[in-house]
Amino acid sequence: MADHRFGDVASVRDELKEVEYLADEGIASVVFLADRLQKPILVEGPAGTGKTQLAKSVAEMTGSRLIRLQCYEGLDEAKALYEWNYKKQLLRIQAEKASDDGSTDWDQLHDDLFSDEFLMTRPLLEAIRAEDPVVLLIDEIDRVEVETEALLLEILSDYQVSIPELGTMEARQIPLVFLTSNNTRELSEALKRRCLFLHIDYPQMDREKEIVLTKVPGISENLADQVARIVRSIRQIELKKAPSVSETLDWARTLVLLGIESIDADQARETLHILLKYQTDIEKAAKELAVEAR
Amino acid sequence: MLDLMSGFIVELRNAGLPVSLTENLDAMEAVKHIPIEDRSAFKYALGATLVKNASHWRAFETVFEVYFSMRGPQYRLPDDDQLSEDELERWMQQQMEGMRDRSGGAGDDMSPEELAEMLYRALMRGDEAMTRAMARAAVGKYAGMEPGRPVGGTYYLYRTLRNLDLDSLLEKLMDETEAQAPAPLTDLERRLEREEFESRIDHLKQEIEAEIRRRLVADRGVEAMAKTLRKPLPEDVDFMHASREEMVAIRKAIQPLTRKLAARLARKRRNKRRGPLDFRSTVRASLSYGGVPADPRFRYPRPHKPELIVVADISGSVAAFARFTLHLVYALQGQFSKVRSFVFIDGIDEVTHMFRGQEDITKAVHRVNTEADVVWVDGHSDYGHAFEVFWDNWSREINPKSTVIFLGDARNNYHSTNSWVLKEAAKKARHVFWLNPEPRSYWDTGDSVISEYGTYCDGVFECRNLRQLESFVDHLA
Ligand SMILES: Nc1ncnc2c1ncn2[C@@H]1O[C@H](COP(=O)(O)OP(=O)(O)O)[C@@H](O)[C@H]1O
Ligand SMILES: [Mg+2]
Repeated sequence: MADHRFGDVASVRDELKEVEYLADEGIASVVFLADRLQKPILVEGPAGTGKTQLAKSVAEMTGSRLIRLQCYEGLDEAKALYEWNYKKQLLRIQAEKASDDGSTDWDQLHDDLFSDEFLMTRPLLEAIRAEDPVVLLIDEIDRVEVETEALLLEILSDYQVSIPELGTMEARQIPLVFLTSNNTRELSEALKRRCLFLHIDYPQMDREKEIVLTKVPGISENLADQVARIVRSIRQIELKKAPSVSETLDWARTLVLLGIESIDADQARETLHILLKYQTDIEKAAKELAVEAR
Repeated sequence: MLDLMSGFIVELRNAGLPVSLTENLDAMEAVKHIPIEDRSAFKYALGATLVKNASHWRAFETVFEVYFSMRGPQYRLPDDDQLSEDELERWMQQQMEGMRDRSGGAGDDMSPEELAEMLYRALMRGDEAMTRAMARAAVGKYAGMEPGRPVGGTYYLYRTLRNLDLDSLLEKLMDETEAQAPAPLTDLERRLEREEFESRIDHLKQEIEAEIRRRLVADRGVEAMAKTLRKPLPEDVDFMHASREEMVAIRKAIQPLTRKLAARLARKRRNKRRGPLDFRSTVRASLSYGGVPADPRFRYPRPHKPELIVVADISGSVAAFARFTLHLVYALQGQFSKVRSFVFIDGIDEVTHMFRGQEDITKAVHRVNTEADVVWVDGHSDYGHAFEVFWDNWSREINPKSTVIFLGDARNNYHSTNSWVLKEAAKKARHVFWLNPEPRSYWDTGDSVISEYGTYCDGVFECRNLRQLESFVDHLA
């Protein structure tokens, strides 16, 4: 029991709230379970719904160091796992040559060259080797090619990394691992099987209001309530891109800056461009909000 | 517990969810860490181990409700972990009887007026616990459920809702809110208030459905209920037989699907971007390196974007299929160098312009249905006539870069087929494909002439659901 991070689901939720992350029941349950089963969480959902923030907040809440691997197309082993420091290795060889009086043991040198001293750890290996508690965030995994996912599989299932020259490195402690995806492509079955799956959607109205209250200094309860309700209303319209939580927050901050206490339809329409990114969406929403109540 | 879990997982597989062995084991492990009484956490824990695709969540929830609906703080669970299904069922039966007494009693105690009044107050205050209690009482009072009656849940739902008359309740809630407001409500405020009440009423309906389901499970047993409720996943719903609710689910599934497809197609093209080695240019460049080919040059690949010509039957039963296909094709416009579209019943009309400059594809598709001029004589499918007119008016649009796609069931009402149009089209086009939304086993039965058309196509594909449509489009670009 001692090595569990959380007592129960409710305490996960409470502790996250203390670091200003408002989790729902699903989020709290899966984080709790991930710790118990020692399994990574694959967090999927629309952009701006708090996927990355979840990993950061869990790190903060557990007093862990956050190690982040930002994914992009073309990410490879040398950037994700480790790389040998060729420059340093070459210098060492040259130094050896210069001082060679016939006594150099080249086998020994080979071993030296492929030792810790010349190893450059990248985020994945760093997380495995960490002595202090860490949270590993593999952000936007859907951006790498499906073949690159293979690099992760060993870590995700066994918490270890095999380096041909050094052997297998096992984790000194099991880190909490988060992978996020905006779902731009189907992830491999192999990857999904290794993870717990958590879909984070746009929050329910009440939770969104709480997020606004927590994250926007100086906002009144009344305005936060209106903001959350209008955003809910707008999300019900069929749009190219619905407003995300970060856009809700931007909008709420703007309203506070403008000194608005209570939004009317005109003010809502005039500031819609903060909430929505496409002109067609803005027009559509403006029209909807202007319409007489059904 | 073990039995219950394995029955549950078998049912998930029956419902089409791809649960692997690892996932099965993870779920077994997960339930050791979360008490079953904490129903919602329990559900999310199971979901996290068993459902790896968000569009499968609904199917999962349904099965979960059936298997675990009787478990929860309000239905004290016997403490035996090794409960067999038999025992479980017996126990559910008891609970059921208890429940009938309890809620039946409560319902009998309350007059319809009292129930309506309490429900009204629960909704006005947004009191979830009270709403739930009222949902139960309403089912007890109005659904008229009797053990053993072979009636579906929708019937009980209908009876309950009819008695509650939620439409007038909503108006009453709105009137009261208006009356209580310190100042007259603005349109925006009114809209927001209404949406809040609508969301509470939705919630009430869900509670009512859940209660009915719980009672049906207790009456008929878990497995029978699970089987009755089994529904295809959105990607497997048959276009030709989709209910309205399923149509909505398909429409929702199309969006992420197009995003995925677009990314995949763009990636494919990018990977192909580097053409073959251009020897001449490489050698020329090598001269500046003393003949060493240090700077290899590659040929630019040919632009690979195909030109699409879509010809779609939009009559009756295949209309939905045509709509979804057009929707998908236009959502992916960027992946093609040009898209032109034609729709027909017995007449044919070009609808390309309805999509042009129209960012809202749903709207464009709607216009196709309402504005296209596709009726020639009587509005019964006549492929032969439609194809002939197509050929006379638009055949010069087909060129070696175009891919022509015909959509339809090829049910021609025994008119002449004019399949020469396809033959000629195949000569001019890069590819000619046909997508048929009917099950393969129906092809060429009755007035279907799919094989005759198919002879001239590079491929004829069964395309009954999103899954098949996706795989076709994936190969296309
Ligand atoms: N549940 C939440 N509690 C607190 N803040 C949140 C929550 N969800 C989202 N946010 C805020 O919304 C913004 C976007 O979140 P982010 O994690 O970057 O989104 P994603 O990674 O899903 O695209 C951040 O500023 C984050 O703080
Ligand atoms: Mg992110």
